[in-house]
Amino acid sequence: MAYKPRQGSLKIVDVAQISRVGALSVTEARLRIMWKFAWSVGVTAALNPTLYMLSVGIGVGKLINAHSGSVDGVKYLTFLAPALLATAAIQNSMDEVVFPVLEGFKWTKSFFAINSTPVSARQIADGVLFAAILRTAFSVTIYGVVIYLFGGFTSGRGWVAIPLALFAGAAFGAFIMGIAVAAKNDDTFFMLLGRFVMMPLFLFSGTFYQLTTMPIFLRWIGWLSPLWHTTELGRYLTYGHHLSLAMVCVHVGYLIAMFGFGLRYAHQQFEKRLSK
Amino acid sequence: MTNTTNASREVLIKATGLRKSYEDFVAVNGIDFEVFKGESFGFLGPNGAGKSTTMRIIAATLTRSGGELTILGKDPQSNGPEIKAHLGVVPQADNLDNALTVEENLYIYGRYFGLPKNFIREKIEELLDFAQLMDKRSVKVEALSGGMKRRLTIARALVSEPEILMLDEPTTGLDPQARHILWDRLFRLKEQGVTLLITTHYMDEAEQLCDRIMVMDKGSIMAEDSPAGLIKKYSTREVLEVRFGSDRNYVVAPQLEVMADRIEVLPDRILLYAENGEALLHEMNEKGLHPVTSLVRRSSLEDVFLRLTGRTLVE
Repeated sequence: MAYKPRQGSLKIVDVAQISRVGALSVTEARLRIMWKFAWSVGVTAALNPTLYMLSVGIGVGKLINAHSGSVDGVKYLTFLAPALLATAAIQNSMDEVVFPVLEGFKWTKSFFAINSTPVSARQIADGVLFAAILRTAFSVTIYGVVIYLFGGFTSGRGWVAIPLALFAGAAFGAFIMGIAVAAKNDDTFFMLLGRFVMMPLFLFSGTFYQLTTMPIFLRWIGWLSPLWHTTELGRYLTYGHHLSLAMVCVHVGYLIAMFGFGLRYAHQQFEKRLSK
Repeated sequence: MTNTTNASREVLIKATGLRKSYEDFVAVNGIDFEVFKGESFGFLGPNGAGKSTTMRIIAATLTRSGGELTILGKDPQSNGPEIKAHLGVVPQADNLDNALTVEENLYIYGRYFGLPKNFIREKIEELLDFAQLMDKRSVKVEALSGGMKRRLTIARALVSEPEILMLDEPTTGLDPQARHILWDRLFRLKEQGVTLLITTHYMDEAEQLCDRIMVMDKGSIMAEDSPAGLIKKYSTREVLEVRFGSDRNYVVAPQLEVMADRIEVLPDRILLYAENGEALLHEMNEKGLHPVTSLVRRSSLEDVFLRLTGRTLVE
């Protein structure tokens, strides 16, 4: 069966339709690639939270509960759950945007191939981010189930932390995606991201204790961190952690702004890089 | 080249004063050209001539600095997606998805053009056959040879049945056998009336594949015609290549100048342009000039390029 152009692109390619849903074709391609690693994605999604629950949630929690009875008025696992979900979401979405971006622009340059089709630079960015959000949704849902099984959700509202964490993942993913486009050296980028972004965020965002416990000169890390804003909101929504309305607005506003500016920055970076 | 006159042929690409400049240099310096439906049009020139830049402007992935350009009657600067929808682009370096199989690469590329799944599945069978990759359909791209990757990249560009297929240095880096397989595939496309736009710095490739060639150097057009037309216009029928040894080439050159229509003295050999190379060699021998080696051949595009620029294509 030899190649024979029967109709021609003028008849079969619908540009108007691509301008509406072109990003979904990029998401489809990303999901296909993820599917190749489905086994490792699934195991990581289940194993990570289980190990965390066993070591920090139960191990450290038992110590804390025995010592002070509770943290913020609830048992330690309940206090920890929103923070762990937010951390998992941020980590997952970061992985799912950084690797494809480096691959698409530097390693295989596959984004330049997509850029030769009617799919726009913005749609490539949107498609990658949406795929990252889907993968993150899968991981944080599994994480939520594990937390539930370990008794971390003490009220019926515990599940609310899952979509909240997902939104934080989307906001952080959009922001990091734009930065990853400009990465000149892969190794340095990963080192800087791990040591100077993820690790401080994880340690100084009130994940394991309330941010007010920290000395004032270290609290700014939390204030800048999407993890702290998400954790505070998560604790407020899941077990009634005290927050003023103003602070609720600050946290929500921060995440919305990060998503909006992050996505805009990512669009600009994709367009700039693909038109060089 | 068909017998149809250019005036009656459908123009797919028209450039007037096309220019691309960066801060410190001009990559494309105000060039004019037209590409007609169904023809195979080549940009021939050395690295840095402006061929790939011109291709990227046509492909709507690079904005021009000046001039006019229409593709299928539209300006790529303001109608990027509309133009891209009808182009098949084969870049200089294969940018396939290494994690996916041969078949999946074709499938996802079809999806970028918004094509229905059933249509793509049928098209994949045709394209695998065309690219001689039927038995590799489930193999991951990273396991393919360079020639196979190149054929897959071409097949991928055909998934949307493009009006124009653009190939940037299609056989660079391939071994001779892989090049010939690829040429055969491109010939078949030509036979089916697919409009081909090719950049190359290989003269044999340009001669084999192109109906019309635009010779470029330093961002400008040096000449434009069919391969035979260029040779006729800028060279003689035959070329006598002689070697007297690198020290003596320059010494004997003045004596040879009067014998040939034109001569080019290169570091390793002297090229003598004449209608009859054998007769010229005989004349040289009679005058007591005995080169270490001699070769009579037909003129090629390499000679045209040398005449036009004073340099060889691959230096």
